[in-house]
Amino acid sequence: MRKLLIWLPLALFAGFFILFASGLLKPDDRVITSKQVGKTLPDFTLPPAASDRPALMSRELATGKPRLLNIFASWCVPCAAEAPQLLALKRAGVEIDAIAIRDAREDVDRFLARYGNPYDRIGLDARSSVQIALGSSGVPESFVIDGKGRIAYQHVGDIRADDIPMILQQLEDAR
Amino acid sequence: MKALLTLFALLLTPPLLAQSALPPAPYADRQISDPALERKAKALMETIRCLTCQSQSIADSNASMAGDMRSQIRERIMAGEEPEHIRRWLIERYGDWVSYEPTADPVLWPLWGAPLLLIGLGLLLLRGRIKRKARR
Repeated sequence: MRKLLIWLPLALFAGFFILFASGLLKPDDRVITSKQVGKTLPDFTLPPAASDRPALMSRELATGKPRLLNIFASWCVPCAAEAPQLLALKRAGVEIDAIAIRDAREDVDRFLARYGNPYDRIGLDARSSVQIALGSSGVPESFVIDGKGRIAYQHVGDIRADDIPMILQQLEDAR
Repeated sequence: MKALLTLFALLLTPPLLAQSALPPAPYADRQISDPALERKAKALMETIRCLTCQSQSIADSNASMAGDMRSQIRERIMAGEEPEHIRRWLIERYGDWVSYEPTADPVLWPLWGAPLLLIGLGLLLLRGRIKRKARR
């Protein structure tokens, strides 16, 4: 017993070493997904964020047909990179609404004039309160909302060109 | 090319992206006038993790989203909401990840059990020593 006990500290050390080494070597996953996926959208009414698009209310997202809800901001670089993909989705017949986070109307107008406007409605979330209620952790993010106003899917980060078929499939599945 | 990539990587770091042109939310950096409520809010904010700067609490982070969360927490506490209720509300949205307060989740049982185990081991060692000394 005593002889075995002598090895205990070394065994503990080896155990911790393996634990920490595997933690350090494992690629870091910083994506925080929303736990609201599968639930009904929170109730919200947002003022308009752009001059030529109407405001956004949560019940306007439950139209009997899946829609894409894009969370973006004019000050966000990846959002600009995402714009062509959203325009492509729009051309494919997807109806897209947006929430602009902590934004100013002139900035949103300028952003849309520069990168294109795939949105039907844009609500302004000046204090990130709807973003937090959605469980969204940054910009850009996109939510697939089914016809009944339930969150069917969350895409964290910008939609890349090769994500488009997957997003279309998610919209199809939400039908 | 390498320098360009580095520059691009720097541009993509979250803290930079988190800054917007708007002024901070009303209670992001302003204390509640009632010190008791402010203490409650502060204690909660120190245990809520920032979504932008993921190793900081929202009390320590300068990210705009952390500011918005601080303001929301202060406003809700002023409206009479209990801190633990707000914590549960946030966990419903972001998972246990968002709270620094350890839960009773089975995955954390070793964390709660370790101190008891170590005290037990220590007592065992101590007993052995005392016995040996007494014999001498």
